[in-house]
Amino acid sequence: MSQHKITVTVNGQAVTQEVESRLLLVHFIRENLDLTGTHIGCDTTSCGACTISLNGRTVKSCTVFAVQANGGEIETIEGVAQGGQLHPLQEGFWEKHGLQCGYCTPGMIMSAKHLLAHNPDPSEMEIRQAISGNLCRCTGYNKIVEAIQYAAAKLNQPTPEEVPA
Amino acid sequence: MIPGAFDYHAPGTLSEAVTLLRQHAGDAKLLAGGQSLIPAMRFRLAMPPVLIDLNQIEGLEYVREDNGHLAIGAMTRESALEESGLVQSRFHLLADAARVIADPVVRNRATVGGNIAHADPANDHPAVMLAYGAEVIALGPNGTRAIAIDNFFVDLFENALAEDEILTEIRIPTPGANSGGAYVKMERKVGDYAISGVAVQLTMNGDTCTSARIGLTNVSPTPMRAKQAEQLLVGQVVTDERLEAVGAAAAAECDPSPDLRGSAEYKRDVTRVLTKRAIRQAVERATS
Amino acid sequence: MNYHDPHKPKHLADRFENKHAVPNGASAVVATTETVRVTTPADIGGMGHRMKRKEDPRFIQGKGRYVDDIKLPGMLYMDIVRSPYAHAKILNIDASAALALDGVVAVITGKDLAAHNLHWMPTLMSDTQMVLPIDKVVYYSQEVACVIATSRYIAADAVEQVMVDYEPLDVVVDPYQALKDETLVRDDKELKTNRIWHWEAGDKEATDKVFAAAAHVVKEHIYLPRIHVASIETCGMVANFTPATGKMQLYMTTQAPHAIRTVFALVSGLPEHRIQVISPDIGGGFGGKVPVYPGYVVCAVASLLLGKPVKWIEDRSENLTADSFARDYHLEAELAADANGKITGLRVNGLADHGCADAAANPSKFPAGLFSICTGSYDMQAAHINFDAVYTNKPPGGVAYRCSFRVTEAVHMIERLTDIMAHELGEDPAAFRMKNFIPADHFPYKSPTGWEYDSGNYHAALQKALDMIGYDALRQEQAEKRARGELMGIGISSFTEVVGAGPAKDYDILGIKMFDSAEIRIHPTGKAIARFGTKSQGQGHETTYAQIIAEELGLPMADVDVEEGDTDTAPYGLGTYASRSTPTAGAAAVMASRKIKAKARKIAAHLLEVSEDDLEWNINKWQVKGSPEQAKTIQEIAFAAYTNHPPDVEAGLEATDYYNPPNLTFPFGSYICVVDIDKGTGEVHVRRFVAIDDCGNIINPLVVEGQVHGGLTMGLAPALYEEIVYDENGQCLTGTFADYLLPTAVESPKWETGHTITPSPHHPIGAKGVGESPTVGAPPAIANAVVDALWHLGVRHIDIPITPQKVWQALRDAGVTD
Repeated sequence: MSQHKITVTVNGQAVTQEVESRLLLVHFIRENLDLTGTHIGCDTTSCGACTISLNGRTVKSCTVFAVQANGGEIETIEGVAQGGQLHPLQEGFWEKHGLQCGYCTPGMIMSAKHLLAHNPDPSEMEIRQAISGNLCRCTGYNKIVEAIQYAAAKLNQPTPEEVPA
Repeated sequence: MIPGAFDYHAPGTLSEAVTLLRQHAGDAKLLAGGQSLIPAMRFRLAMPPVLIDLNQIEGLEYVREDNGHLAIGAMTRESALEESGLVQSRFHLLADAARVIADPVVRNRATVGGNIAHADPANDHPAVMLAYGAEVIALGPNGTRAIAIDNFFVDLFENALAEDEILTEIRIPTPGANSGGAYVKMERKVGDYAISGVAVQLTMNGDTCTSARIGLTNVSPTPMRAKQAEQLLVGQVVTDERLEAVGAAAAAECDPSPDLRGSAEYKRDVTRVLTKRAIRQAVERATS
Repeated sequence: MNYHDPHKPKHLADRFENKHAVPNGASAVVATTETVRVTTPADIGGMGHRMKRKEDPRFIQGKGRYVDDIKLPGMLYMDIVRSPYAHAKILNIDASAALALDGVVAVITGKDLAAHNLHWMPTLMSDTQMVLPIDKVVYYSQEVACVIATSRYIAADAVEQVMVDYEPLDVVVDPYQALKDETLVRDDKELKTNRIWHWEAGDKEATDKVFAAAAHVVKEHIYLPRIHVASIETCGMVANFTPATGKMQLYMTTQAPHAIRTVFALVSGLPEHRIQVISPDIGGGFGGKVPVYPGYVVCAVASLLLGKPVKWIEDRSENLTADSFARDYHLEAELAADANGKITGLRVNGLADHGCADAAANPSKFPAGLFSICTGSYDMQAAHINFDAVYTNKPPGGVAYRCSFRVTEAVHMIERLTDIMAHELGEDPAAFRMKNFIPADHFPYKSPTGWEYDSGNYHAALQKALDMIGYDALRQEQAEKRARGELMGIGISSFTEVVGAGPAKDYDILGIKMFDSAEIRIHPTGKAIARFGTKSQGQGHETTYAQIIAEELGLPMADVDVEEGDTDTAPYGLGTYASRSTPTAGAAAVMASRKIKAKARKIAAHLLEVSEDDLEWNINKWQVKGSPEQAKTIQEIAFAAYTNHPPDVEAGLEATDYYNPPNLTFPFGSYICVVDIDKGTGEVHVRRFVAIDDCGNIINPLVVEGQVHGGLTMGLAPALYEEIVYDENGQCLTGTFADYLLPTAVESPKWETGHTITPSPHHPIGAKGVGESPTVGAPPAIANAVVDALWHLGVRHIDIPITPQKVWQALRDAGVTD
């Protein structure tokens, strides 16, 4: 089995490590980097608890090898809040009670972030479809949808510079 | 669920990949999106000693129109089909399928080439490409060759590629005037394989169907065309009675296995119903 | 056995034995309202406020701390070798190849455990279960040996290298077949039979009489299939035994840390004060994290033997194939009615498939849980329930699936039968229910099987649901569609839940009474910590308990931190399941607060130099009657409790309460579901779903909505999608999320919810509990809607999950197609 030295930018920070070829990206993130916000919920690429962003697209990090991320950019839930400010999605999940046990939440937020980056004003059905690769067992999804709608509305508000004086 | 150990190679060019494939003949698996292969490895249902990762090769992700066909690079992610204006506006059958493959996160990683090369009748692209009459381009040590999709699927999980060949592109003929296509998939929930899926691409002249190809998903051991159904459709006015006969033919010629999705009888009947619906949708698109 | 003898009706006085409880209103009709009671200002955030959850900031930033996030120096990893057979003799286990791998530390087998007498363990129902087998395996995926290695990856490699020789034995999968005793699952038992227990409730003679006199009887065989809670976090443990101190720390995915500590102490012989069970953040429980699984035991033993921390985290496939299931009840049920369509009686023969052990998570006196609540929301003369349980070659279990003990089975049965009766009589299912409901002025109501329903107003809840969904218009639409050959159905479920186990007199688990506890300490600066014997798995206790304390003491809920799950610090309690947290620990929070309030009064009197009798409570302060400007806030009193307390009063401001509920609580609701059915494929589409819940007084409307939404999706799931399926060899066919189908946001409809409020007369804040009502109430609403769509085609019943194939088959049998 081969060992590989990989360099990955994770939440803006470059890290270099030696990894076994079979190391799953999710284990690299959780165990090698101690970023435990990314979770594991299944073996079949079904649940989406391990969803992260790799090179600008969300992927299920249990179904990518760490070595494949070499040279790439990763964003995990730990990188979503910037400068101590919660992201509007994080605010939305909190405001709208979009989580209960919190286990699926990081993956949900990553999927929602990907959606809003590509479709800033999604319909309810588009939101439901966009998070259909992420299973939640607690919330019944209504409030997750509301949380994403909250974030979309907030992100679509004109920034102060755009507001005419 | 931890995969067994393997050696990993990430060639930067196709020719390097072909060389590696030849060097490790019999031991190596190509890794494209990995969305079927990696779960199989985690369950140790697949334990390839060598993985050759195609993800570092530049220039295999594209969707473009070339000389009368749509060219899709083998490493094109499924989600790129959803994002392609070309696909959405002119390749409705493909656009239909792109929305229902696995789930949206998987589609960000899964590739069109991998979906086809896996030769799994449960995957959606085989039926779609059969309906389009697509062509698969393969690169081997002696250069490239084109393989007609009708000759590509040899058996369950077995394709027509030689051991040292790599699928590099899929070519879909651009539909002519008065053509339409549709993919209708019935799944138990998002992310499921189809109970049955029907891909139709046809051309109309007024009320009469002048050409048609029908591909079926997950109702046979090998991806299949419903040729008897096609024969009953081509040259005919598309009436309800005709659709019923075409659907019944598709139901008769498919060969589903019973499983948790349903009995063989049920899957046949669903195939009948979906065949009718897919044709109706395709006709509507062809004539609108 | 007959635990609810109708000849000896339990009087309220028997149940209200708790010294705290003042059963005010217990014998009176409790008024129903729709207005959530709010008595505190928003900055205090007591009951009724829609507070954002206090626990959320860590979860939305990926800073939750779940068991798999625990990492200790020198930690080893455990992985499990599992049986490929459902029933087989073990001829030999050869671990030499596994032990030869670099990094493999140990392989533990049943024989190794036997040396310490740890190869068997008790189940929660006082049956026995193998930890690791020596002679034979009795279910597919059973734990056979455990590998301990320096990494997760090496442990997984080593599992492949443990060679086990098996001799397959005949397998019994079907419980009716098991009754014949041709294949014995448990040859370790003295009695050579697969029968586990027989249980009856109600009055057979009276019930038979009612049926003999009935004008109408409907009968149906109803199967509630085996399902699995499948919380997104699987089960796991980090066991950390420190030889130098003799202390065993167990980080564990458990809903009941205290009871687990006691069980571990009793089984292992370790002194209980040296065992610390820590249940950190839990990624969903729903009942599946109540039992002790073999993996936990071996993980702890491995740490004990090796003197190092050992981590075990289940894979999803292990979780689905080997952990406790829910349900698996076969019911032969009959409902009787008189000539006026008034329900008169219920008769049930049930068979419970328990798998290879009775490992149900029920209170000990209740082998079929609280199934005898099955007369539901309907007033009837008599009922009789006759139950058997058997062993089969399947994993053990019988836990809840987000429902109180076996109430889902009971509710599904009575709501299906009620609908069948209404349809048979040609009556509208809503009107039929209204006619048969227990009237609001009959509460507290004694049921024919001996329950004492605390309060209810079933008519109000159903009427609200009918109004909200526009029932009459839907019936008209249905008629029009039916005329066009389209299939649309409307289904109702008017359920009665029974939760909050329970009164010590009747309720215990392994002998431990089912009280629960709260301990509140107010610090000198007026901030507080409150600890509980329960353990949230997402229910939001850190918020709702703080709101209860805010309500009682006027401390801002932001100033009250709630902690649970560490047995070294929290008071003893039985844990969180069966919607018991609010009825038990929530009540304990009230009682502890009131003890503090009483002491605060003494301190306030001292500070204000008045008599205690001259003081009255006002939201957050004791004030002098008639002179409210003379007052001491709870914060001022807290400071004085440490700096200037009366000489005859101890310093400090804290209290603990172990609350023994005087009765269970009986939440209820009415749900209405509208479905459209695809004639060609048999697909069921849930178009609308209105849920009106009554859980008594509401602590936090936002949290209640969340609980209801989540429970509804967990009701939709078994109604249409989920089932654990075995083949004839006992192999589990649904061992992954590719085959065990959890609904996504696309399948799950947009839930429409509302409430009525009929407080519990005996709960100190009138609350009842809500987490499970929707899971209990939703499946029959959906099933009733599907059958309603198909009734005119001759369809009477379809067992859940109502898969497209089942509907297609029913349509085909009726000659309907597309």
